[in-house]
Amino acid sequence: MSNLEPQRTGISLKKKPGSPRSLFDTFWTVIASLCMIVTLIPLFAVLIFVAIQGFSQLNLSLFTELPPPPGLSEGGIANALIGTIITVLLATAIAVPFGVLAAVYLSEFSGGNKIAQWVRFATNVLSGVPSIIAGIFAFGLLVSSGIVGFSAIAGGFALAVLMLPTIVRTTDEALQIVPQDVRWAAFGIGAYNYQTVLKVVLPAAIPSILTGVTLAVARAAGETAPLIFTALFSNFWPSVPPKGLLEPIATLSVLVYNFATVPFKPQQELAWAGSLILVLLVLITSVTARWASRQKTY
Amino acid sequence: MTAQLSNRQTGVGIRSESEKTFNKGFIGLTLAFALGIGLILFSIGAVITWRAWPAIQTFGFGFLVNSTWNPVQGRESYGALPIIYGTLVSSLISLVIAIPLGVGTALFLSEDFIPLKFRTPLVFLVELLAAIPSVVYGLWGIFVLIPFIQPFALWLHETLGWIPFFSTPPSGGPGMFPAGIVLSIMILPIITAISRDSLACLPPDLRQASLGLGATRWETIFRVLIPAAISGIVGGIMLALGRAMGETMAVTMIIGNVNRISISILEPANTISSLLANQFAEASGMQVAALMYAALVLMILTLVVNIVADYIVSQVKAKY
Repeated sequence: MSNLEPQRTGISLKKKPGSPRSLFDTFWTVIASLCMIVTLIPLFAVLIFVAIQGFSQLNLSLFTELPPPPGLSEGGIANALIGTIITVLLATAIAVPFGVLAAVYLSEFSGGNKIAQWVRFATNVLSGVPSIIAGIFAFGLLVSSGIVGFSAIAGGFALAVLMLPTIVRTTDEALQIVPQDVRWAAFGIGAYNYQTVLKVVLPAAIPSILTGVTLAVARAAGETAPLIFTALFSNFWPSVPPKGLLEPIATLSVLVYNFATVPFKPQQELAWAGSLILVLLVLITSVTARWASRQKTY
Repeated sequence: MTAQLSNRQTGVGIRSESEKTFNKGFIGLTLAFALGIGLILFSIGAVITWRAWPAIQTFGFGFLVNSTWNPVQGRESYGALPIIYGTLVSSLISLVIAIPLGVGTALFLSEDFIPLKFRTPLVFLVELLAAIPSVVYGLWGIFVLIPFIQPFALWLHETLGWIPFFSTPPSGGPGMFPAGIVLSIMILPIITAISRDSLACLPPDLRQASLGLGATRWETIFRVLIPAAISGIVGGIMLALGRAMGETMAVTMIIGNVNRISISILEPANTISSLLANQFAEASGMQVAALMYAALVLMILTLVVNIVADYIVSQVKAKY
């Protein structure tokens, strides 16, 4: 009680670092910081191991050659790269128009009615459906009914089901951010609903929609479970489309799964290389998406 | 005459019938696609039930409590008890690990322990944890995690072996324990993100009022913020549970795929999704129907959990 302040107020408002309450605070701050650190350890552990194991495999033959037969070394994962691109392109071609048009209804025409509430609910539920269930669905609907065999189409269909909720949700949000004035301006000069949506609102929301689509594509490229019994796998080059779309096709993620569990070193090394490519894809898209989402039209 | 005059004034032509129809058609088209999402959800359930029907008729609800899985022709018998058990237990293990870590991380990221410019990249890094493909976690689990936790598993068995969960010596290979750990890594970002959101959308008045009364930061967190955000946190945990139950690749690669119920988590086990991943491509006849039945069980489990979670999370937004 030697300085002036406490005398005037009677009690000290200063925090005493040694008091039990302060120690309690410090204790939990340390615990929370530890939680943060422990949470990030696996991320860095995965990134570092994938980088160490994968980067040493990166060479030209990885991108130009077929995987080696068991027991032999040399070779690449070129067929799986092509297969992933084909399958994901198919999925994108199905999911993007579907999802964007559905989101246009939700945000532009529904006015938040009962239908929109149910569709948003269905989108949420669909996004919680396990990825393997999407694969089983594609198998039950397309493969076991004989519509298409184990093929890129069946795999792309399963991936599209998984991409759909992400695309609907991001497009819905992107459209809602577009200011109402823009629509009024379009209506004011006599535009139809479809003209307003297609020529004014959608173009304004394109950057955010693209961000969502890219993230969905990156996610789909890494999906494995729905592909192991729809696209199956193939050790050979995919045939030229359209025939190639109807045959079993190799994909990167299934290659990682298949080659991780075999006892051959060269295959395991290719699995690490495949993982590195998948992780780089996710890293690059996430960083770009962050950067792109800051660019705004309005 | 007046119409033509106004046309000339505004520059807008008379709206033609065909354009009006086209406009209506466009709105109808978007509605059709919106309803299509509901249709997809419905047909997922319908197709799986349809394909599972032979197994549902043959095994009935006994499928859920029977524990043999024998696809050998002539001696076929299917029961899902071990895989349902494995699904639930591996998810529970992951929750036990992920809840304290996830909520702790969420608190760290929602309060001002460190400046915002350091917090933003940390939030991004935690999100990144969710974006890494499951199969990559599986590969990492086989070659890095399993050897790494072996001494720890051994220690658990030697010191806590009297607890049934650690009663068998670890094999040094795949099992329920490493699978639970990998699952916890995969669901951590969900718990963190949703807990952080529900903490962040609390009105600042709550915090200010508590601090104004002389509470310390952590007294505020424990007595005001966590109780206020608890439904959001619980909703996040439920969503994470739904994700954990449906997670396939990483679990398939490191759980061991043994269709047996063992109380010890150091033993190999199996989950619904890993059984599907392992057997589906080569299955035929009744085995396909039985796998479809198992898929239906998994879908119902995750649907219930997700819908409850969705409901809890939506209640939070209404509160403040």
